[in-house]
Amino acid sequence: MSAPGLAGLGPAKADGPLKIAVPRGSLLGGTLDLLDAVGIDTAAVRGESRALIFPGEDVTLVTMRPSDVPTYVEAGAADVGITGKDVLLEQADRVVYELLDLGFGRCRMVLAGRRGDTRLGEAERRLGMMRIATKYPRIAERHFEETGRQVEVIEVKGSVELAPLIGLGDGIVDLVATGRTLEDNDLEVREEILECTARFVANRVAHKLRAAEVDELTAKLRDTVAAR
Amino acid sequence: MIHPIPPGTRDVLPDEMRELRKLHVAMIDVFEGFGYGEVATPAIEYDEVLSRGDGRAAASGYRFFDESGDLLALRSEMTVPIARLVSTRFADSETPIRLCYLANAFRAVRPQRGQMREFAQVGVELIGASAPDGTAEVIEVLEAALDAAGLDRAVIGLGDADLYRQLLAELGVEGETRDSILARLATHDLVGLEAELSEVVDDRDCETCVALSQLRGGREVLEEARAMGGPAVERATARIGETYEALAARGAAERVRIDLGLLRDLGYYSGAILEVYDPALGHVLGGGGRYDALMKRFGLDLPAAGFALYMERVHVAQMEEEPRREEPS
Repeated sequence: MSAPGLAGLGPAKADGPLKIAVPRGSLLGGTLDLLDAVGIDTAAVRGESRALIFPGEDVTLVTMRPSDVPTYVEAGAADVGITGKDVLLEQADRVVYELLDLGFGRCRMVLAGRRGDTRLGEAERRLGMMRIATKYPRIAERHFEETGRQVEVIEVKGSVELAPLIGLGDGIVDLVATGRTLEDNDLEVREEILECTARFVANRVAHKLRAAEVDELTAKLRDTVAAR
Repeated sequence: MIHPIPPGTRDVLPDEMRELRKLHVAMIDVFEGFGYGEVATPAIEYDEVLSRGDGRAAASGYRFFDESGDLLALRSEMTVPIARLVSTRFADSETPIRLCYLANAFRAVRPQRGQMREFAQVGVELIGASAPDGTAEVIEVLEAALDAAGLDRAVIGLGDADLYRQLLAELGVEGETRDSILARLATHDLVGLEAELSEVVDDRDCETCVALSQLRGGREVLEEARAMGGPAVERATARIGETYEALAARGAAERVRIDLGLLRDLGYYSGAILEVYDPALGHVLGGGGRYDALMKRFGLDLPAAGFALYMERVHVAQMEEEPRREEPS
């Protein structure tokens, strides 16, 4: 059992429509397509509105940053949600049920260094340790721990490609979809760490108390994903 | 002047304390009414005693050396201290022994998660009464306590701690792989569960395991589970069925949801396990179950069961439920 907390213990009304946390950003398109396919109307979210909450009859869609999805779902502010596996791994201590691999939003978590540059290897050989800039400190730390190497992880919030170019760290750990950004910044993939896709997650209490609704949506999503 | 206190601890001021006090009294009154006597144990115990009950839980606590070099630990829950107390002080008593408590416990937390290092638990331990009657009694007391807190919508999940341990053994899954699969089940990581299972068992068994973990509802789920077959499932559903019948005989089955996906991460549970939810709160209010093998570790071979509720969470749920209770729709 996780340690009990008071923060984030907001109301999670079991009454009313099922609240679905929808990730904005690169997963938004795939998420809305999938929701359409299972019969949930997403026209309002696709529109010009800058609203964050889109109430419906059976479900309410709540849009947010992908990295906030586990937070809202853990607290029960959203009953279920969709976010990337990278986010779930980075926030592994959030208690959410991971019910389904949705298959879309496929990308790779990689270790990258400057093209043709030997800094990564040299730092490891001569300094005994690599300095890695990343937005995913926990995934990066775990990767180096599992491969038995020492690392100094430097957490940055924005364009991580910048870091090795101007001397912050010897390489980066980041998520790549097409590899274009790496290429444009003269970086190349050195190691593949893992592959990430979008996942369907549920709040622990909603999974119990709204079992019929959660199960029905899960089954529809599973069938749709399998048919693709 | 601001004088800080450590993150995860807090002061309680009179307005909150007044409400908490009412809750405390209401719950202890319920327990006393069922014949459960209140006890207190020290917050600090010998580390060796706490880890005898549950190595994993004890490892997450706060430990320190005292002035004579003994390793002490802050308790992380009350079941193990009460097991220690019963085997020391009640070894020759007539069974069953009924005890209850309201106590603060301590857990190490991750910073900045809003988790509490120190929190209050209220609960009961019934020692020397076996399944299914002992379990049913504990659930009946739990329901009365929830009612006393005004949580008449709260639901109790009832599962079986041995189901997957035995099922995986039956499928020939052992050792580290088994532990890893159990961990996936406990956190409900179904994607990871399917991936790991498919490497060690055939597709049909894999599907059965995943589908079993999703079965929850009324008595009918026991039939659905049985249809999936296997002696381990048969035994677990029989155990749950007996508990359910015992509850029905007491008129206490209505708020119980059978849940074959339930798995608690405290190592000492065996047989029935419980979790408590309220629709007004996204977090679990508490839990419990049977721990028939725990007392033996303290030299007294007695079956036992109990539950604990997180006091602060019960209070939050009580406040969230208030408007609904005042204006019934």
